[in-house]
Amino acid sequence: MSETNGHHEKKRLDNPPQTIEFKIQRREKLGGETRWEVFEIPYRRNLNVISALMDIRKNPVTKDGRQTTPPVWDMSCLEQVCGICTMVIDGRARQSCSALVDDLLLASGSNTITLQPMSKFPNVRDLKVDRTRMFDHLKQVHAWVELDGSHDLGPGAQISNETAQERYAFSRCMTCGCCLEACPQYFEDNYIGPQAIAQARLFNMHPTGKITIDERLDGLMGEDGITNCGNAQNCVQVCPMSVPLTKAIYETNRDITVNALFGWLKK
Amino acid sequence: MSSNGLKIAVVGGGLAGLAAAMKIAEAGHSVDLISVVPVKRSHSVCAQGGINGAVNTKGEGDSPWKHFDDTVYGGDFLANQPPVQRMCEMAPKIIYLFDRMGVPFSRTQEGLIDFRRFGGTLHHRTAFAGASTGQQLLYALDEQVRKHEAAGMVNKYEGWEMLSLVLDDHQVCRGLIAMNLQTLELKEFPADAVIMATGGPGLIFGKSTNSMTCTGSAVSAAYQQGAKYANGEFIQVHPTSIPGEDKLRLMSESARGEGGRVWVPKNPGDKRNPKDIPTAERWYFLEEKYPAYGNLVPRDIATREIFQVCLEGFGVGGENQVYLDLTHIPAETLTRKLGAILEIYEMFVGDDPRFVPMRIFPGVHYSMGGLWVDFEQRTNIPGLFAAGECDYSIHGANRLGANSLVSCVYGGFVAAPSAIEYAQNVERGSTESNGIHAAELKRQQEINDQIIRNEGSENQYKIHDELGKWMTDNVTVVRYNDKLKATDDKLVELIDRFKHISINDSNLWATQAVPHARQLWNMLHLARVITLGALNRDESRGAHYKPDFPDRDDEKFLKTTIAEFSEESPVLSYEEVDIGLIEPRKRDYTKGKSKKA
Ligand SMILES: Cc1cc2nc3c(=O)[nH]c(=O)nc-3n(C[C@H](O)[C@H](O)[C@H](O)COP(=O)(O)OP(=O)(O)OC[C@H]3O[C@@H](n4cnc5c(N)ncnc54)[C@H](O)[C@@H]3O)c2cc1C
Ligand code: SF4
Repeated sequence: MSETNGHHEKKRLDNPPQTIEFKIQRREKLGGETRWEVFEIPYRRNLNVISALMDIRKNPVTKDGRQTTPPVWDMSCLEQVCGICTMVIDGRARQSCSALVDDLLLASGSNTITLQPMSKFPNVRDLKVDRTRMFDHLKQVHAWVELDGSHDLGPGAQISNETAQERYAFSRCMTCGCCLEACPQYFEDNYIGPQAIAQARLFNMHPTGKITIDERLDGLMGEDGITNCGNAQNCVQVCPMSVPLTKAIYETNRDITVNALFGWLKK
Repeated sequence: MSSNGLKIAVVGGGLAGLAAAMKIAEAGHSVDLISVVPVKRSHSVCAQGGINGAVNTKGEGDSPWKHFDDTVYGGDFLANQPPVQRMCEMAPKIIYLFDRMGVPFSRTQEGLIDFRRFGGTLHHRTAFAGASTGQQLLYALDEQVRKHEAAGMVNKYEGWEMLSLVLDDHQVCRGLIAMNLQTLELKEFPADAVIMATGGPGLIFGKSTNSMTCTGSAVSAAYQQGAKYANGEFIQVHPTSIPGEDKLRLMSESARGEGGRVWVPKNPGDKRNPKDIPTAERWYFLEEKYPAYGNLVPRDIATREIFQVCLEGFGVGGENQVYLDLTHIPAETLTRKLGAILEIYEMFVGDDPRFVPMRIFPGVHYSMGGLWVDFEQRTNIPGLFAAGECDYSIHGANRLGANSLVSCVYGGFVAAPSAIEYAQNVERGSTESNGIHAAELKRQQEINDQIIRNEGSENQYKIHDELGKWMTDNVTVVRYNDKLKATDDKLVELIDRFKHISINDSNLWATQAVPHARQLWNMLHLARVITLGALNRDESRGAHYKPDFPDRDDEKFLKTTIAEFSEESPVLSYEEVDIGLIEPRKRDYTKGKSKKA
């Protein structure tokens, strides 16, 4: 959120255009060719990219009057917390629900908004991608607390609010993939990436989670592990949830060093 | 598959579905988990405010019994009491379990779980993790289920939509049919027991606070196959939502819980900036009318009061909106306690609510009604279980804030052992080989083929818009019988027009047109259940309010509405409510709660 010292009012578009153009990258199916299509819709206040796409879907006719297939994209919560509607908008990976048309037009100074699918994941169709591998990464780093069982065993360990808040910041990650899209080191799933490292860190910070830290660090020490990070820091800049990704990478590297130094003591 | 070879399918991976899947896997049985979206993206992530459980950290003398009493009273006595009591007793244990799973709950200075106040209670009973509690709870279950998945106990089918149940000749559930949303391939999922946990039906109202997956479609399909649907007419309209083009975004009740005040200018024409309107010229109508609960009256009451004030012309700027004001609270406190939800407002409206009063209006939010279940989460169809927002069992005529998350987990925790027990005892007979699965699959394939072939002139998205508008205008906050009747006529017309849609998508790969058409058909039918349930209930109770019948009528309507499908029209009947533990009393929030319980 913005500064705390005064009332912050948003810049609004003063002279909105009559119509706006959406330039959408289309692909019929996995592995198919891509092409561009341009759609035109009447401008309204408070439009976001999703409501524009809904408009287009209702009546999929291109700007030059050609009937076409409705663009396909994913959406669910529309509150930027499920992560599903992520796409590349005017060159930047972000959620289409929270991409407001006014802001985009203000930023670009044009009447056209460009939509593309994320490029680092299999492109199912149009703007829809398959991010299954991100969930697989979570398995690889054992992103969970090992419980004795889910039966009643009373409360967990007492934790300071400070630690709780620090963990909360990591726990807000919605597996959207923006960080992977922006990471210059990540392609073809060669690298597990910042998201999974931050989730490992989330559990390594927990009093019970810590007990199985070795398994988590193991998952980060393979060929696709944390050493692939080139410290470009793009991830932390694009993360819509402000997950402290570089901090996670730094602290996890530290944990790995400590483990390497003292690991033999445990054996 | 586990050694004893039980086959249990869970449909839906929100809080309820994941809770059930975790318990089943933990008991050593394998689970098929089917979900439209990757389970981690389920609608439960939207819950902001918190989860209720009478842990009594603040030493206020809170107890599960008081939680029980608040829930039953808040629900205007329409809930069967035994499961509510059981849920309230389980609630502290559920919160503790989430604590052990690593949910970053906000803490007290001693390092204990912190609790806040929510609507409909005088106690600090709501545990919260920042302002995205649902996200945090869902993730915790998602992580545990992922662990079981990695161990081979849970088979996830994400991107699959349930279309129908497979029933044998005796109306016993033997599995389900689901559709792959990329290929449109249909697949049979044979199962000894099926647990439905598919969430609420907000999309029937067009725009609501729900996620886009909350169509109620799967539940409606089950209803059309013979499952009883209960209390459909009880739809909660949340008092404070942020109007938007694509959806109504919720402003969580925690904004009021943390001290937010609702007001309008006393002078209806007042055009001044809200900050420039002196206190004496503001009308804090909730505080004035309900001195005991003030801004924290239950949702149905807050909704109606806000609605009424706007109807009387007091809405800010003459529009349907009132102020929800937090600006008297230090910005730093607000950031700490409500950061994420205030960001939502700022992100989608542009103003910073720490410095500018928010503008809000009621929006459709939650369905108290759902599949009928008994006290062990069994539906009337043997082998079919339900849990979470898609079942009707806990909230009666109105749900209290932060009571849904706990009811979802409770439902999942009860449904799981119940389904296991059933699956262990059911006779499989020859059902696996006698072709009922293939026959149902064929039936579903034919429906798809028909939809794909159709070349009518109707546009399905326009039909959906009309559905939403009619339902929102006539079947939400204030209900009149003539309008309800007209709405049902309209629904019948829309059902007919549906038959003339064309899907407008020649590319069937990953098309959304076919799934949407399937959902729309089901939504139209469920809409009739909601509308006719409301038409028939000539009283006012909880979220259901008819100005022509302003009072609660226990003699006639202290009853659960049951809807059963028939080709012409839903068939309604009424079932007694189990009120054996707390005697019904008049609901009155103008004073502190009368002590009877
Ligand atoms: C904005 C908002 C804020 C809220 N805040 C709170 C709060 O603070 N406290 C509280 O207690 N409650 C809150 N609620 C209510 C609560 O979030 C929901 O009632 C609850 O999350 C429902 O959980 P569920 O498990 O029943 O279903 P959901 O989380 O909705 O999950 C449904 C699942 O079913 C799947 N599904 C649906 N249809 C099909 C199908 N046909 N085939 C296969 N899978 C299907 C979906 O993919 C999903 O996985 C809030 C609700 C909203 C809208
Ligand atoms: S870390 Fe941030 S950018 Fe990366 S997946 Fe999570 S929320 Fe998205």
